[in-house]
Amino acid sequence: MAYVPLADQDQDMEMHHPHSWVEKYVWSQDHKVIAIQYGGLAVLTGIVGLVLSLLFRMQLGFPESVNFVDPNFYYQAVTMHGMIMVVYFLTALFLGGFGNYMVPLMLGARDMVFPFLNMMSVWTFLISVIILMASFFVGGGPTGAGWTLYPPQTAMAGTPGHDAGIILMLVSLIVFVVAFTMGGLNYVVTILQYRCRGMTLMRMPLTIWGIFVATVLGLFAFPALLVACIMMLFDALLGTSFFMPAVLEAGTPLDFEGGSPILFQHLFWFFGHPEVYIVALPAFGLVSDVLSVHARKNIFGYRMMVWAIIAIGGLSFIVWAHHMYVSGMNPYFGFFFATTTLIIAVPTALKVYNWLLTLWEGDIRLNAPMYFAIGFIFTFIHGGLTGLFLGNVVIDLPLSDTYFVVAHFHLVMGVSPILVLYAALYHWYPKISGRMYNETLAKVHFWLTFLGAYAIYLPMHYLGFLGVPRRYYALGNTDFIPLSAQDLNSSITIAALIVGASQILFFINIIGSLKWGKKADSNPWGAASLEWQTPDTPPVHGNWGENLPTVYRWAYDYSVPGAAEDFIPQNMPESDVTTAQYAKSSQGNDE
Amino acid sequence: MSEATTQAVSQDGMTGMVDDWSADRQAYHVPWGKAMMWIFLVSDTFIFSCFLIGYLNVRVTTTDPWPPQSEIFALSFGGDPIPLILIAIMTFVLITSSGTMALAVNFGYQKDKAKTFLLICITAAFGATFVGMQAFEWSKLIAEGVRPWGNPFGAPQFGSVFFMVTGFHGLHVTGGVIYLLWVALRVKRGYYDNKGYEIVEIAGLYWHFVDLVWVFIFAFFYLL
Repeated sequence: MAYVPLADQDQDMEMHHPHSWVEKYVWSQDHKVIAIQYGGLAVLTGIVGLVLSLLFRMQLGFPESVNFVDPNFYYQAVTMHGMIMVVYFLTALFLGGFGNYMVPLMLGARDMVFPFLNMMSVWTFLISVIILMASFFVGGGPTGAGWTLYPPQTAMAGTPGHDAGIILMLVSLIVFVVAFTMGGLNYVVTILQYRCRGMTLMRMPLTIWGIFVATVLGLFAFPALLVACIMMLFDALLGTSFFMPAVLEAGTPLDFEGGSPILFQHLFWFFGHPEVYIVALPAFGLVSDVLSVHARKNIFGYRMMVWAIIAIGGLSFIVWAHHMYVSGMNPYFGFFFATTTLIIAVPTALKVYNWLLTLWEGDIRLNAPMYFAIGFIFTFIHGGLTGLFLGNVVIDLPLSDTYFVVAHFHLVMGVSPILVLYAALYHWYPKISGRMYNETLAKVHFWLTFLGAYAIYLPMHYLGFLGVPRRYYALGNTDFIPLSAQDLNSSITIAALIVGASQILFFINIIGSLKWGKKADSNPWGAASLEWQTPDTPPVHGNWGENLPTVYRWAYDYSVPGAAEDFIPQNMPESDVTTAQYAKSSQGNDE
Repeated sequence: MSEATTQAVSQDGMTGMVDDWSADRQAYHVPWGKAMMWIFLVSDTFIFSCFLIGYLNVRVTTTDPWPPQSEIFALSFGGDPIPLILIAIMTFVLITSSGTMALAVNFGYQKDKAKTFLLICITAAFGATFVGMQAFEWSKLIAEGVRPWGNPFGAPQFGSVFFMVTGFHGLHVTGGVIYLLWVALRVKRGYYDNKGYEIVEIAGLYWHFVDLVWVFIFAFFYLL
């Protein structure tokens, strides 16, 4: 590698090196430690969300014999499950976790541009999680208004947690937005302004593109959530009527008049729809990299993949009202939003075709990450196809508020991103921990999760066609629903319990492998992107030793004819390509 | 840092933009802090846009008539009440502070510490005056019975929006005054002699943004 003295690097940073254990692992300004803190906290919160879902699933599956879930708790569990999974688990894990870990490493930077702000972000996130969890312990419990928090329902006495619960939820979301903004500004500025020599935007791995566009979406979409939360907090605490119309509660008129519940829906979904892509775009990026590495082929149509990410990001801001077809909008709005919604299918389908064409005639290595990545393609296609149904106004009207919707969004933005998360966690585990995970255990985990997810969500489509409404505590004696629907519900619950329990395999694997796992090479998969070329595994504070790397190519040079190895690291100069044995050329002090 | 950014000569127009975006290392020839401030301001623009759109929406949905702002915000100096006079003075003060801030940025780049310090302090003083007048306006309206949940003049949303939007903007101004004083102190102590005086411009960006937002609040809430 050409020697580039530190003094020649524009804007190289002063590192704040830790002096004690506490500064190294607790008040750390190292993006990798912050990433693990962010990710760990998100996973812990996600476990709460998972357990809640199993509890209310038991009620749905076996309403007669389960008596520890009452209607109030059922609604609280559903609400908290939704909010936790979307915001505190997926957003935080993809952007706070993977964003923090991957951005500086994949760009050849030493850290985020403002490490102190980055540290503030994770601790502010912790505060928002604590506030959220506190709502379980206040009188009335957490809010049970559904994760969309639609007024006027949130504020009515019939809704559990209408007093303290909703206030804590709103405050927690406001704090989360602040935490996300601090982190998000860092990711965007790092990606735009702190890349290493040779790293142009069009040489960045797709992971970075996904994280970049998702973060920009977050910075422009979370303001709507922030404003909606502040206004609703005013309604709850000061008695204003932003969202509350004149309304009767148990026959008595409340002190509200003239507010607009639809305004909340607009603000919420102006955040809520980009939020779907805040979760999906990093997943698209990560899975592209995993597929390319394990298929030993360059990603098919890199440029189109980048433009598709940008197009999806742009379109995601003008489709929000497709969540509101049944809210009573002007019908012309439905026409507009259905059109824009269906246009999103174009760049999305383009990405799916490109993933498939990446696999085509590849030298596919069926490792656990590849299992999960291919599993993602399946669930994403299925979830995406039902999206075409729901994007049309006339088909959405009868299917809205049935289990069809639940099946759709769980497949497309629940199961799919989570499969990518597992693919990515297994794929980068050797770099993050310096150990190999247990391959067999990971594959058992995959099959249980993948098949189990289908056992849960495929039957839900049928329930939806039958007209089984979502959000119901129990079906009861509803004439138009056949009795067999309850059997389907029971089988879904059994599958959910098995899938839930099988996630323990993952934790056994990653925690056990820390101790018993085989020591990992610095680049066990033979990957070309920059994070695998660090001098130390796991990378140390500052990432790159004395000199920042220089990049000579894109991140996808696999199986290049004439090269000495079946991959060419991004930082290998052209002169070394035909001769260099990887282990001798670019590895530093690896054991 | 500043040397490197001034060395990089960027071309004008489309070619320059394409060159910048296809370059390695950085897309804009600006320090990190300035890039971050710009992106933050775009994000903050979305916040204020949502507030103003929300306000316009409830103004349409509310069933009561909207109170006559020009009468409510009128002030009498002995004679007939003059509509919106206080708001006009507040706006004038804030716009003037933008001018002094721009001068401060100029003298900052000339490394004239004394003048920069003085001009930032004047800017902060104008900002504090603005917040003070806003406090006067709040107490006047509260004395007249305007509350977030209702007021004697008409639609209760009038008070809700007034306190929420001007309060949120006032917090921005207050935060800006503290930020400016902190920067001024560091200018005086020569903290930026080595790091470069971009920070004055970055603080200035925030300050101009807060002024610009006020212009929109003035137009949509007080005039419309």
